[in-house]
Formats: sequence, C-alpha cells, structure tokens
Amino acid sequence: MSLLEMRGISKVFPGVRALDHVNLVVEAGEIHAICGENGAGKSTLMKVLSGVYPAGSYEGEIFYDGVLLENRSIRDSEGKGIIIIHQELALVPLLSIAENMFLGNEVARHGVISWPEAFRRTGELLAMVGLAEAPGTPVGKLGVGKQQLIEIAKALAKNVRLLILDEPTAALQENDSQKLLDLMLELKAQGVTQILISHKLNEIRRVADRVTVIRDGATVSTMDKAEITEDRIIREMVGRDMAHRYPDRISTPGDMLMEVRDWTVWHPEQAGRKVIRGAGFTVRRGEIVGIAGLMGSGRTELAMSLFGQSYGRDISGEVGIGGVPADLSTVTKAVAAGLAYVTEDRKALGLILEEPIVKNISLANLPGVSEHGVLDKRREAAVAEKYRKALAIRTPSVQQRVMNLSGGNQQKVVLSKWLFTDPQVLILDEPTRGIDVGAKYEIYTIMNDLAAQGRGVVMISSEMPELLGMCDRIYVMNEGRIVGELARAEASQERIMAMIIRDNDSKAGKGEAA
Amino acid sequence: MAQTKGIGAHFGGHLRENGMLVALVAIVAFFTVLLQFQPQPVNFLQPLNITNIFLQNGHVIILALGMLLVIVSGHIDLSVGSVAAFTGACAAWMTVSLGLPFWLVIPLTLVVGGVIGAIQGYWVAYWRIPSFIVTLAGMMVFRGATMWMLGNQNIGPFPKGFQAMSNGFIPDLTGIGRPHGLTLILIAAAILLQVWLGLRARARDAEFGIEPEPMGVFAARTLIVAAATGFVGWQLASFRGLPNVLVVLVVLTVLYAFFTENTVTGRRIYALGGNEKAAKLSGINTDRLVFLCFVNMGVLAALAGMIVTARLNSATPKAGTGFELDAIASVFIGGASMTGGSGRIIGVVVGALIMGVMNMGMSMMGVGVDYQFMIKGLVLLIAVIFDVYNKSK
Repeated sequence: MSLLEMRGISKVFPGVRALDHVNLVVEAGEIHAICGENGAGKSTLMKVLSGVYPAGSYEGEIFYDGVLLENRSIRDSEGKGIIIIHQELALVPLLSIAENMFLGNEVARHGVISWPEAFRRTGELLAMVGLAEAPGTPVGKLGVGKQQLIEIAKALAKNVRLLILDEPTAALQENDSQKLLDLMLELKAQGVTQILISHKLNEIRRVADRVTVIRDGATVSTMDKAEITEDRIIREMVGRDMAHRYPDRISTPGDMLMEVRDWTVWHPEQAGRKVIRGAGFTVRRGEIVGIAGLMGSGRTELAMSLFGQSYGRDISGEVGIGGVPADLSTVTKAVAAGLAYVTEDRKALGLILEEPIVKNISLANLPGVSEHGVLDKRREAAVAEKYRKALAIRTPSVQQRVMNLSGGNQQKVVLSKWLFTDPQVLILDEPTRGIDVGAKYEIYTIMNDLAAQGRGVVMISSEMPELLGMCDRIYVMNEGRIVGELARAEASQERIMAMIIRDNDSKAGKGEAA
Repeated sequence: MAQTKGIGAHFGGHLRENGMLVALVAIVAFFTVLLQFQPQPVNFLQPLNITNIFLQNGHVIILALGMLLVIVSGHIDLSVGSVAAFTGACAAWMTVSLGLPFWLVIPLTLVVGGVIGAIQGYWVAYWRIPSFIVTLAGMMVFRGATMWMLGNQNIGPFPKGFQAMSNGFIPDLTGIGRPHGLTLILIAAAILLQVWLGLRARARDAEFGIEPEPMGVFAARTLIVAAATGFVGWQLASFRGLPNVLVVLVVLTVLYAFFTENTVTGRRIYALGGNEKAAKLSGINTDRLVFLCFVNMGVLAALAGMIVTARLNSATPKAGTGFELDAIASVFIGGASMTGGSGRIIGVVVGALIMGVMNMGMSMMGVGVDYQFMIKGLVLLIAVIFDVYNKSK
C-alpha cells in the first residue's frame, strides 16, 4: 500500500489557481522526486501536505497510511511523522547543535530541560547523519552543508516517516551534495520515505525511484526510474522540447577589455588573513569568461572587492578597463568605469523587494532618468518598459512589486538595472541560482546577447556544466588564487576538479597552512 | 473576478491614505457633534480653534517631516525634543542677552540645529552606532545643556519680530480686511492647484500602467479635501487670516513631498531604507544619506524650537518635553514602516493633524491628561495594527 496518496488537490489564492487537481502517490520506502519550474506549484503542494495550509483551505483529499489526513497545523503533521525541511534552513545560528536539535520539542520534564539527556541524544542523532561535531557547537559556526545535515537529524529526532526535502542541495558544494545524497539513500534503506524537490536532474537520477513532474499547478506525469532521462524531464517541465540546454553562440572575442593584475585582498575582520592572493585575469570584448571553484575559494570575494571595494580591506592590485587604468575604489567609480556586478544573493543584495520593478531598474542610474536631481518619472517608466520587453520580464506591469515575481524574472530585473548603466564588463555571480530550467535558458540567451554587443561577461558559477556550456575560457580558483585557465575546447569537469585537487595537494606537500 | 481585482488594487494602493483622511474627518465630526451637545454647547470648528490647531501643532508637523526621513532611512531620533529646547534656548540667549536681530538669530539657530544633527548623524552613519543609542544620549545631553544654558530660569520676553514667527498672520495686501482677502485668494488657489495635481497624477498613473483608483473614490476624496480646505480657509479668513506658521507648514510640506517623491536624493533615501546593502551595491552613498537625514532633522528641530519659544514668548528648561514622541507617533500613524523604506509626507501631516485635533478636542471636553495619553497611545497602536493587518492580507 502506498504511504501517501494526494487526490485531486486544488488550492486557490485570490486571483490565482496555484494547484489544479494535483495527484501524487508516494509508495512506502521510496524516494520520490518532484520536478517543476519555479511557480509550478511544488512548494504549495508541500505546504498543503505539511499542514501550513490546514485542512479545509484546499480541495481534494490526502490519504496517509490509508487514513484521511486532516492537518490543522504543522505540529499536527509532524506528530504523524511528516517533516519538511525548507530551502531556507530554520536553525538559530547562536544556539548550539543540541539546543537547535530539540527546539520546540525539548527533552524536558515539567518544563525543565534535561541537558545531559539532550546532549546524549544529540550525539546519537549526529552519528546517524554522519556528522562529527560536538553537540555544544553553535550552529552558526558550521557550513551550510553541515547545517543541512543537522536539519535532517532534527527530523530524525521527531521520528520521521515521510521526509520532505525542498531543494536541499541548492546552496551546497558538490562534495556536500554528494554526502547528503548518500545520506538520503541510507535513510531510505532504514525505511524513511522521502520526497525530494529539486532542480538538479543529475541528483534526481541518482537517488530517486520515481519522479512526478508538475507544471502550471497540475500533475503532468509520474515516471519510474527506468524511464527517467534528463531530456524527458526537461521536456515535461517546460512543456516543449529543448534541443539544447545552452543557446548556440558564435564566439568572436575582440580586443582586450579588462585586465586584473596581482589583485590581493585581506579579510575585513580577521587580521592577517589573505582572502585573495595575487589573482589576475583578463576579459576580451565579446567574451564570456567563467570563474570556477569550490565554495569558499574566493570567487565572490574577488568580484565584490573589484566592484567598488565592497568586500575586504587593504586591497591592492591593478585593473585596466579599455586599456586605461581604472579607479574602482567606490561602487560609483566602478560603475563609471564600466563595471557592473550582479550579486549571487539577489534578494538580500540585489533588489528592493517591496518596491516596484520600475524603481529597481532605475536605481543604479538615477541620474539617467533625472534632470538637475529631479526625477522624470515618465522617462523612468519608459526605460523600465524598454527592458521589460527586451528581457521578456513576465509581469502585468512594471509597477508590480519585485517580491511578487518569480526568481527568473527577479534576476532579469537585476540584469536590467545593470544594463541601464551601460556597462562594458558585467560580472554575474551565480546568475542562474534558484532559477528554473526555462528561465535559465533565457538568462543564457541574454548573456550571449551581451557578449554579441561587444561587452565582456564574467560568469561565476558553482555548476560546472553551466560554465562548460557557456564560457569561452574558464579560470579555476582555489584558496584565493587563480590556479589555472582552460580554453573552451580543453575544459571539462574532470580537468577543473583536477586543478583544484592538485593545488590542494601541492600546498599540503609544502606544509602550508590552509 | 474583475470586481475583486479592481477593489483589491485600490485597497493596496490608496486605502491607507483614504483611510487616514476618513479618520481625520470622522474625528473632527465626532468632536464637533459631542461638543455641540454638551450642557454648554461649544462650536468646535470656530475660527479661533482652527487657527489654534495650526499654531499649537505646527512644531509637531515640522518635526514629523524630518522624522519621516530619519525613519524611512531606517533610523530613529529620540533627541528632537531636547534639541528643540536647546536651540530655543540658544535663540533666546542670542536675542535677549546679546540683543541680535531676529533675521540674524533665525539662521544662526538653524545652523546650531544642523551642527547638532551632524554630530549625532556622524556617529550613526560613519561609526554605525545604533541611532537609538546616539539620540537617547542626545536626548539627555541636550536636556541638560538647555538647563545649563538657561540657568534653570526662563528667558524672555522676545521682541515683536521674533514672536511674529508663531503668533503673526500674513498681511492682507488686498485691503479688504475682514474677511481676509489675501487668505481667500491663496486658499482658492490652493484648492485649484490640488484638483489639478490630483487629475495630473491620475493621468500619469494611467500612462505608467498603475491601476488608477476608481473615479468615484478619487472624486469623493478630492471633494472632501477641497471642501475642508475651503472651510478651513473661510474660517481663518473670518478670523485674522493665514497664520505665518501655517504658511511655513504648507511650504515645507510641499517642499518635502516633492523632495521625497520626485528627486534623486529622495528616492535614494527610500532605497537605502528598503535594502541598504542593495542600495550600496547600486552605487548609492548610503552613509552620507543617513548623515544628511540627521542634519536635516537637526535643522527642523531648531525651527520647531524657535516656533515654540516664540509662541510661549520665553525659553524654558522644560520646553520640548515629549515632542519626540508626538513626532514619532505622527510618522507611524501616517503609515511609515517601522523597518524603513516607506511612508509618505502627506500621511505624516495628516497623522500629526489627527493627534492635534484629538489633543484639542479632548482638552475642550475636559478630558483629563491621564485619559488623553491613554487614548492617544491606543490610537497609535490601532493605526499600526491596521497597517500590519493590511500587509499580511
């Protein structure tokens, strides 16, 4: 018998039908993947299942263990062993692992917590997820990968039977992702049924037994492991054939556009710690240059320190743009010099979510829509409208608040903002993070257009296939240094990883501290 | 479906401002009726009262204008009451002890306010000391400084020129006298201007693809505002004309409304409050803007200090006590967000007027100060609950 059966689930928000008769059957003991573009309704469906939307606020029936499930709250569903781990981790950074582990579920008698017991059980749970950390360690000191494992341990503490993971590897490095996937398989062996929401097709293929594809709030299909192919999943997700993951481009690199030499940056708080060590790279006109590297290798720090010294202290090095030395000491000067930087965290660093699209697009170039310091709102609206059309931002109006847009459309707003400053070089930091397949393709197309216009594009990404598919050249970063450079023809995932590993080995050989 | 959407969009966009206006009208009507049915009926809307509303609350509106900018930028200024008292004392010292003329005292005092704002803003903007702490310290320091400066005595009285700042009325250049001709002309002009601006904004909304509010609502609001302006103007004209303070208030309100909504710097302050990091990474000098918001607040606090000092005709050590609370309450009643990034000048002015009308109405009804505080506190709470509730929907 199947563990979970959701029948004809419909959920209507004012003006939007988020779910339209969705059916989902999850067998006991399987890992069931759910795929779909952003906004397809995956999260809504999981919120219905986990009791965020209580029974009665949706149509349809949920059978769990053969019994009609009518959750009134998250607590209800957790009591039945249905536990969801959200994309944004719900841990308190200043509290210890043990404190987080039993938050809201404390090991207590008459309201008094038994710490020895809590620590002992935390130790057991950490062992189950293969994490060798002291239970007293503050969670904030751990990396995202380890925090993810703590979330899973937390679920185990609640006697989980159905574990829902919402894009668990979105923020993880390759090796952390692998560890997490291994753990999922191990939990499956112990009989924990799991639902995995993911955009990453390779990991779905690796762990999932079956896949259900959701599109526009409705179930498209459910397939068995044998039938799973990337092409098929993509086709059903976007509802059309996608011959290529990356748009074609004829690359014609031109003159030298930007040169960075001997760029060195010190950590803003920790004295004596170099974050970027003499890095250098070049970008030609019409070229897309990739920067590969593991998380913590200094890619974002390199970009942000270049962009108006927005990161780090005691920055030294030389930058030339268009053959002349560029002063990049403030963001304003960097923008004037022709540089633009699209951050990896568009919600926290790139957008003012409460403001409409039009105000976000003009933000970096307000003088461009004003006369003597007075805004010309007509011109501002026209500019926004121009970019809405050019980049196909899907919105009823440019007056729409940015918070109401999907990830892909938000990213297009950020790109519009920077295009309006007419940059020569754009540094794009994880430009497709958290964006669905269809929108990724559109972002890639925009990047190609930018290169075709003679601009230089620097692309930082954790997804190697994306770098390999898009870039003319790829620089490999490790520990704050550029450790290698690969032309498109010679680049491969193996060679990039090999450069990183060889670099780590050579340092270990010299006995240099990490 | 279309019906829901129309009303929904309207609720999202204009509910707050229309709601505020309705609240103000309702409160005025409430007191008018209640005072009419007292054992000894009083006309709440008599010319003297209307004049006094502006004379007695001008300083709150002035402080609230500056406070809005500070709050929009994501900060708070608790020191404005003490700074107003201190600058008032400075003005008194310069006028009474040094015998300087008012045309020199006024700009000098504004500079003193600006310098005080700059000192506080410096710590907040460039040293990242929380504004709550810096201005709490300022609140104590400048209260003490006021006492020290005045030697715990009142300084006064002031020459006529200085007093005119808050007790004076504009001259009637038309020579009609009563009703005050120039007042009527200015009020008529203001009504026409307001209707024209409203229609223009509507046309622009349509052009920019902002869903316009239903015509009926727009017409009703314009009519109410025009009628209220006309009535207030007539009553003022039949008394002594426009008070100087009101002229200052209207000019400042228009100036600040324009600044916040139509200038690059104004827009950047909202961006900074909405998401400081994003603003910074968009090339906006956020530190300097925060600094300038505090300088501006200091200047306005000095203006408010002088107006209060002129009205009382003496600088007192206790002047300005609680001003910061009135100003902050006005800003939040006016719909500003506690986390910064939103809030409109017009809302703040209406918020301050609501507070002012309630003060006067309750005093005239003989409501004790104890109850007045409780009621004002609850009004503030309800206004903000209303905001939060609307946002969560």
